[in-house]
Amino acid sequence: MSETADGLETDYQRVQRSDEFQALKRRFRNFVFPMTALFLIWYFVYVLLADYAHDFMATKVWGNITVGLLFGLGQFASTFIITMVYARWANNRQDAVAERLRLHIEEGTVDNAGGAA
Amino acid sequence: MSAVLPMAETEQIGEPAVNIAIFGVFVLITLIIVFRASRNNKTAADYYAAGRSFTGPQNGTAIAGDYLSAASFLGICGAIAINGYDGFLYSIGFLVAWLVALLLVAELLRNTGKFTMADVLSFRLKERPVRMAASLATLAVVFFYLLAQMAGAGGLVALLLGVEGTGAQGVVIAVVGALMILYVLIGGMKGTTWVQIIKAILLIVGAAVMTVWVLAKFGFNLSDLLQGAIDKAGEGGEALIAPGKQYGASATSQLNFLSLALALVLGTAGLPHVLMRFYTVPTAKEARRSVVWAIWLIGIFYLFTLVLGYGAGALVGPEAIKAAPGGVNSAAPLLAFELGGTILLGLISAVAFATILAVVAGLTITAATSFAHDIYASVIKKGEIKPDGEVRVARITVVVIGILAIIGGIFANGQNVAFLVALAFAVAASANLPTILYSLFWKRFNTSGALWSMYGGLISCIVLITFSPVVSGKVDPVTGDSLSMIKDTSIDFHLIPLENPGLITIPLAFVLGIVGTYASKGKSSPEKYAEMEVRSLTGAGSEKATVH
Repeated sequence: MSETADGLETDYQRVQRSDEFQALKRRFRNFVFPMTALFLIWYFVYVLLADYAHDFMATKVWGNITVGLLFGLGQFASTFIITMVYARWANNRQDAVAERLRLHIEEGTVDNAGGAA
Repeated sequence: MSAVLPMAETEQIGEPAVNIAIFGVFVLITLIIVFRASRNNKTAADYYAAGRSFTGPQNGTAIAGDYLSAASFLGICGAIAINGYDGFLYSIGFLVAWLVALLLVAELLRNTGKFTMADVLSFRLKERPVRMAASLATLAVVFFYLLAQMAGAGGLVALLLGVEGTGAQGVVIAVVGALMILYVLIGGMKGTTWVQIIKAILLIVGAAVMTVWVLAKFGFNLSDLLQGAIDKAGEGGEALIAPGKQYGASATSQLNFLSLALALVLGTAGLPHVLMRFYTVPTAKEARRSVVWAIWLIGIFYLFTLVLGYGAGALVGPEAIKAAPGGVNSAAPLLAFELGGTILLGLISAVAFATILAVVAGLTITAATSFAHDIYASVIKKGEIKPDGEVRVARITVVVIGILAIIGGIFANGQNVAFLVALAFAVAASANLPTILYSLFWKRFNTSGALWSMYGGLISCIVLITFSPVVSGKVDPVTGDSLSMIKDTSIDFHLIPLENPGLITIPLAFVLGIVGTYASKGKSSPEKYAEMEVRSLTGAGSEKATVH
C-alpha cells in the first residue's frame, strides 16, 4: 500500500505534497500557533501583574472584588472561550477534509496528485 | 460561629467510624465495577488503553478525575484559605495549561501513538535510545507525583480517622497502596478509568453542594464572602484578596512564583498519565472532545475551590485550620464539618480518600505501561516478545511500583504535598514537552536533539532541586525550624535560591533540543516525516478500537 511500483514515493508522501493536505496543514498551523501565542501572552501578562503589580491588582472595583480577582476570572473565561472556538472550528473546518484523506490512504486509493484515484 | 471554635482544640472532629464506613462503600462499589470491567482485558490494547473504547465525555471525566488530585482539592482549598489570592493563582496555571494540550498535543498524539509518549517520539527517531529516555522521564514524573499523593494520604488519615502515630499512619498508607495495586492489577486501564470517572463525579458534585452552601450563607454575594474571610483572619486580613501574601515577600519568592507559573502552564501537556489517557478513545475527534470536557469540568471545579477556600477562611478561620491535624490540607474537610456536620465530613473525607486512591492507580498504570512497553519490550527484548508477555511484565511492574509507592509514602509522610506536585510539573515541562512539540512540528528534529533535550531537562531538574532550599537550608525565620526536606538545620548545601527549577530548566530543555539537533548530522527520513505528518493530521493508520 505504501510503496509504489517505481519505489520512490510512499502514499504518505504523495498525500503530503497534495494541495488538499497542504491546505489542511496550513489552516491548522495558522489557527493553533497564533492562538497558542495569544493565550500564553495573556497568561504571562496576568502572572507578571500578579507577581509585580500588587497595588494595581489590589485595587477594589466593587465591594471586595479586586482587579486581580477579575483578571483571574478573566483567565477562566478566556480558557472556556478558546476551547469552544477551537472545538467548533475543528469540527466544521478540519474534520471532513481529514476524514476524506484518511479514507484515501487506508483504502489505498491515492493517485499521483495525492488525491483520490 | 461560636460552635466551631473548640474544634481546633479537640483531638478529633467527626466520627472516624462514619468516615471509614462511607469510604468502605466507595471501595466496595468500585471493586465490583473493576471486576466487571476486567472481563475483557485480553490484549495489550485492552490492558493499557481500555481497548480504546471510551467516549470523549467518559474519558474527559476520567481526565478530570486524574487531574483533580488530592493536591488540587485539599491543597488549593487550603492555600486559598491561608494565603488567599496566591492560592487562586495555582488553579489558574493548572487550568490554562489545558489549552496547550487541546491545541498542540492531544489529537496529534492520539493519531500517531499507541500506548505511551515514547511511541510518538520513536515514530521517526531512533527507537531504542529515545524510548529509554522517554521512559526514564516518565518514571521520574510519576515518582514525584506518586510521592505527593501518598504523602498526602498520611496527613489526611491523621485528620479523618483519628490515626495519630506515624506507625499507624504508615499502616493506612500501606492499605491505600494495597487497594490501588488490586484495582490496577485486575482492572487495567478500563477498571482504573471507571474508578476515575466515579470519583470525579463524586468530587465535583460534593464540591458543588458545598459551594452553594457556602454562598447561601453569604447571601450569594462573593464580596460578602471575601469580607467574611478578611474579618475572620483579623489583622492584615485585607491581604487575602490581593496577590503577594505568599509569593510577594522578596525578589526571590517573586522569581519562585514566576518559575512555578511557567512549570504549571507547560507541564500538563507533558504529564505521562494525562498523555496516556488520550489513547483510551477511538479517534482524534474523541480525544478533542475529551479535552473539551476535561477543561469544563476542571475549570468549574477550580471556581468551586475559590469559594470553598475563602469559605473555609471565613467560617473555620486560618488559625483553626493551621492548628488542626493535617494542617493546611484540612481546610476543605473542616469546612465540610462546619457546614454539614459528621455526615458531610464523612462524605467529603471519603471522596478525598477516593481521590488519592484513584490518582495513585492512574499513575501506577502509566509507569507500568511505560516500563513494560518501552523499556522491557522495546529496549531489553528488542521487540521480540509476545503481547501477553508484555502485559505480564506490566502487571509485575504494578506490584513493584505499588510497594515502592508505599515505602516512599511512609517516608514522605508529612512533606508538603503541593510542592511535590509542582516538581512533577517542572520535570514534565522540561523533559517531555519540548521533545513532544519538536517531534510533532519540526521537520529537522532528530534523535540527538531529542536525547539532549530529554536528558538535559531531566538531569537539570533533578540537580537544581537537589541544590535548592526545598531539600536543605530553608529555615523558618520566626521559629528557627527547618522548612526543607532535611529537617536538620545544620545541614545546608543549597546553592540556588529557586524552589521550582522550571524557570531555568524549561528554556534550557527547549534550547538543548535545538543545539542537539544541529550538533548531529542525523536527519530523519523524509518518508517517516511524511508518514508522521499526514497521520497526525488525518488519523490515517491510527490505532483502532478493539472489538469484543
